[in-house]
Amino acid sequence: MSERHLSAEYTDLYNRILTGDHSALARAITRIENRTPGHRELLSALYDHTGSATVLGVTGSPGAGKSTLVDKLVGQYRARDETVGVVAVDPSSPYTGGSVLGDRIRMNSTAGDMDVFVRSMSARGQLGGLSTATADAVKALDAFGKDRIIVETVGAGQNEVDIVETAETVVVVVQPGSGDDVQLLKAGILEIGDIFVVNKADMDEAAGTVAELEAMVHMDEPAPAGVASGHHAPERPGTDPGDAGADAEDGWTPPVIQTVGTTGVGVDKLRRAVDAHREHLVDSGERKRRRQQRAETEIRRLLQHDLAVLADQTAESKGGTDSLARAVARGESDPYQVVDELVGPLEAAVCDTAATQKQDDGE
Amino acid sequence: MSTDQTQQATRCLVAKVGLDGHDRGAHVIARAFRDAGFEVIYSGLHRAPEEIVQAAVQEDVDVLGISILSGAHNTLVPKVIEGLRSYDAFEDTLIVVGGIIPDEDTAELKELGVAEVFGPGTSINETVAFVREHAGPE
Repeated sequence: MSERHLSAEYTDLYNRILTGDHSALARAITRIENRTPGHRELLSALYDHTGSATVLGVTGSPGAGKSTLVDKLVGQYRARDETVGVVAVDPSSPYTGGSVLGDRIRMNSTAGDMDVFVRSMSARGQLGGLSTATADAVKALDAFGKDRIIVETVGAGQNEVDIVETAETVVVVVQPGSGDDVQLLKAGILEIGDIFVVNKADMDEAAGTVAELEAMVHMDEPAPAGVASGHHAPERPGTDPGDAGADAEDGWTPPVIQTVGTTGVGVDKLRRAVDAHREHLVDSGERKRRRQQRAETEIRRLLQHDLAVLADQTAESKGGTDSLARAVARGESDPYQVVDELVGPLEAAVCDTAATQKQDDGE
Repeated sequence: MSTDQTQQATRCLVAKVGLDGHDRGAHVIARAFRDAGFEVIYSGLHRAPEEIVQAAVQEDVDVLGISILSGAHNTLVPKVIEGLRSYDAFEDTLIVVGGIIPDEDTAELKELGVAEVFGPGTSINETVAFVREHAGPE
């Protein structure tokens, strides 16, 4: 969709975002988060301008040092004159909906630099709403022209996995010697990691955690076919992450990198690993494939959302689920019949459209 | 659309500005705001006015609560307000100040654009009620 479909207010936001106005970007993200009517048309117009940013997801258990690490990484990007957008996602209270978004506290080193745009987000309302809002905020930052976008979130559940999947490269941050991290890996975070970071690597237990991760990462690979190099011995922390097991099935074995977020040790290695992964994605055609996969996820998500709205409207038009339920309770109907009657007309309309389509195609 | 309601939340930045290192009060306020259902962003200690402005603009907050106990409010608050104006973010941000502010300065701060000043002894409920009444998502 082009900007022609936008209201005057959104046209103004659109133009200002494309000319690099940070307060317009901030306001657009607020509308995205609030799901203000019109935000989808804005995103649709901005979509054409997306695709140039490198999107990095950073996840890990609370206290692993994600924000500190992100802060240091941002510093490295800024030193290379790249502009950065950060979306920091925190949980909200299931009781009051309130939240304290604390990631910003750790983002010290670039404070005052407007070319680092940090936005804190929390879950609001509906399930899945957060991942939609995050993906959309990333698009706004991308269209704005940020070179690097980092999405940071606690890795604790499906929602978070969805969030990091908006990223091209996913970094999983682990801290040494905590049983919780093994839980984290069990929970499926291992599968989404393109790069593993053992932060706080100056702690005694770091070596053990690195070894554990290496073992898990290499277990995922197909059995080495004779010449496979480097997989029998764990990768040394000093190895260039770009070389890390480039002969696995999909051509990428996640490197395990040690960092100390507070001092910045190892962060340059992480930055190079991120670039190496990006290069790998481009060279292998994987980037294109993932982009398509993300588009598919988004289409499904939007479709499901809109259909859910339609479903509620349908129920509403027949007196609402309340009165329908009362009818069932009185023994006048049953839930299956109720839903059949509600969905029947919709189904008929869909079939009609499909038939007409077929006819048109046949001619 | 019936279920496609907008999902709004009041967003607040609780800010410590300048060299004042006492943030117990700011923590209490942050927590009270959270419990009131607001989304609270805490700045952390020792922030420069420009950093507060950057955070307030980027986070597009509805409320900016500045906590100052050092006595430097007459220097720091105007700088923050000036910064917000330069980003065209002053008009739609409710600015409240908490801390130890002498009465004679309160009037001056209000003249500058501070909506309210909360001194020692203010009840949490009063502060939350004020924010509820005067600020909200757009």
